Amino acid sequence: MSLLNVQGLGISFGGLKAVNDVSFKVSPGEIVSVIGPNGAGKTTLFNMISGVYQPGRGSVSLNGTEVTGVAPNRLAEMGLSRTFQNLQIFQEMTVLDNVLAGYHLSERGSVWADLLALPGMKRRAAEARAGARKLLERVRLEKAAEQVAGNLSYGALKRLEIARALALSPKILLLDEPAAGCNAVETEEIDHLIAELAASGIAILLVEHDMKLVMRISNHIVVLDHGEKIAEGDPATVSRDPAVIAAYLGTEEEEPAHADG
Amino acid sequence: MTGRNKWISLGVLALLIALLPLFFPSGYYYRVGALIFVNALSVVGLVILIGYAGQISLGHAGFAGIGAYACALAPEHLGLHPALAVLLGAVISGVMAALIGKPILRLKGYYLAVATLGFGILVSMVLTNERALTGGPDGMNVADLGLRSLLRDMGWRLSGGEFWYMICGVVLLVGAWLALNLFDSPSGRAMRALHGSEVAAATVGVDVPRQKLRAFVISAVYASVAGSLLALQNGYITPDVAGFMHSVEMVTMAVLGGVGSVLGATFGAAILTLLPQVLTVFAEYEQLVLGLVMVLVMIFLPQGLLPSIARRLKGRDE
Ligand SMILES: Nc1ncnc2c1ncn2[C@@H]1O[C@H](COP(=O)(O)OP(=O)(O)O)[C@@H](O)[C@H]1O
Ligand SMILES: [Mg+2]
Repeated sequence: MSLLNVQGLGISFGGLKAVNDVSFKVSPGEIVSVIGPNGAGKTTLFNMISGVYQPGRGSVSLNGTEVTGVAPNRLAEMGLSRTFQNLQIFQEMTVLDNVLAGYHLSERGSVWADLLALPGMKRRAAEARAGARKLLERVRLEKAAEQVAGNLSYGALKRLEIARALALSPKILLLDEPAAGCNAVETEEIDHLIAELAASGIAILLVEHDMKLVMRISNHIVVLDHGEKIAEGDPATVSRDPAVIAAYLGTEEEEPAHADG
Repeated sequence: MTGRNKWISLGVLALLIALLPLFFPSGYYYRVGALIFVNALSVVGLVILIGYAGQISLGHAGFAGIGAYACALAPEHLGLHPALAVLLGAVISGVMAALIGKPILRLKGYYLAVATLGFGILVSMVLTNERALTGGPDGMNVADLGLRSLLRDMGWRLSGGEFWYMICGVVLLVGAWLALNLFDSPSGRAMRALHGSEVAAATVGVDVPRQKLRAFVISAVYASVAGSLLALQNGYITPDVAGFMHSVEMVTMAVLGGVGSVLGATFGAAILTLLPQVLTVFAEYEQLVLGLVMVLVMIFLPQGLLPSIARRLKGRDE
């Protein structure tokens, strides 16, 4: 059974249909990528699925439960986690605290325990801290743990967001351009990490401009253009699709580097 | 802030409170010290609201007013012991904060500033106009806590100044301890996270309106207890305690000291409490000076006085 089921999803901003009638499914352990030129509606689609935007039309269901327009924190409780294309880092907090924030659902307790530093709170926080340090190792940021997050490089912050998203132990992970701004080595690492996560049974929904990465690791690709789904299928099928090629060639002046699939 | 930093901050604060009297030229300074601690207590509350959760209030003096008048009214009308009146005031302030905060904190932007401003004005108007109950603008007497005479009976003789210096110092330490605990706790992290990015906080599972409300209620209780202590030590209270200028004074102290730092809060409170004692002209131009301090700090020391100095010393100022 599919974990995430998106049916006829759409939203308009003013007169503009940013996303229109988009449907697809993601199963556990599967990597589904959403591609399309800049402004195609990929991030908007993510925002609707993760509850940041209220969809205008259509439905989203998670594990068989209808969750259209449900608040992000409730979706997090249900196992959905995400990263952001435009970084949403807690800049003033340390790198470790950023990941610890991702453990909010497992470490939260009564406010009295927090104010009085009761043993239960300390135990939960210590468990979270141990987990957070492991995750930081996994994205190779363990040395930066005590630094203020705002001081890190862009590529490091991208990885920090992944670590924070993983802290929720999600069933499904939405990654919005995780390799943007990363060099070849970092991209390779992210590639491996995503494959590992999928192998461990997490469903992955990926937006990524690096076509080599997308073609290599995706099980299924959904192509958006002007908010509409213009094609879908496995990497080989999609890369041969005339509509897809046309969509990318049509925006070559914006995204020349990414048009080569 | 790690666990070690917490104990350093508390240690520094405890040492300051314990050692400062050695330098007092006269007994009068115990009074000033106690006033600093009371102000610092409300500012520590604002550190939680402004520094941790990134929300603003321009009406916290309203909660100080509730705390102060609970101590003035409850012993007389309800026969409550003044110590229990402090508790009653804190509960009323907490409930009021929850009631007004709940609808407002769901909204973004300046609604909170405007709504808290309105709340503060409302409290001070009620206190001023309900003459029969509160004595109006002239204020009213506050019953004695009774603890000092109890200590005297036990053989520990303290002047009024010494006694309140000690009580307020201890309450400030407790307040600082709670705030520092909160900082490095799940709730504190959630508050700081939503301060950084509400959308990211929500996607990691933080119930954003709920955490904002928590910070608001906690900070209201701090202001209320501070108001109670002020009323009890003066033995007299006027509606000025709930006035708009008092709210502005609190926020200015917090901004001056550095809204993220508990020690800084005490520092900011100390400076702005001492200023009118040193410069008598300050009283006349209070509004002007507060405004000026606020603007200068915002421009030159956006982190607040203490954190900026600490940064310079560490040499990692960007
Ligand atoms: N909050 C918003 N308000 C108005 N327009 C928006 C908003 N979010 C996205 N859009 C518009 O929706 C379209 C799709 O944007 P986006 O989803 O960011 O594209 P992509 O991620 O595929 O590059 C763009 O035209 C963008 O300007
Ligand atoms: Mg995008």
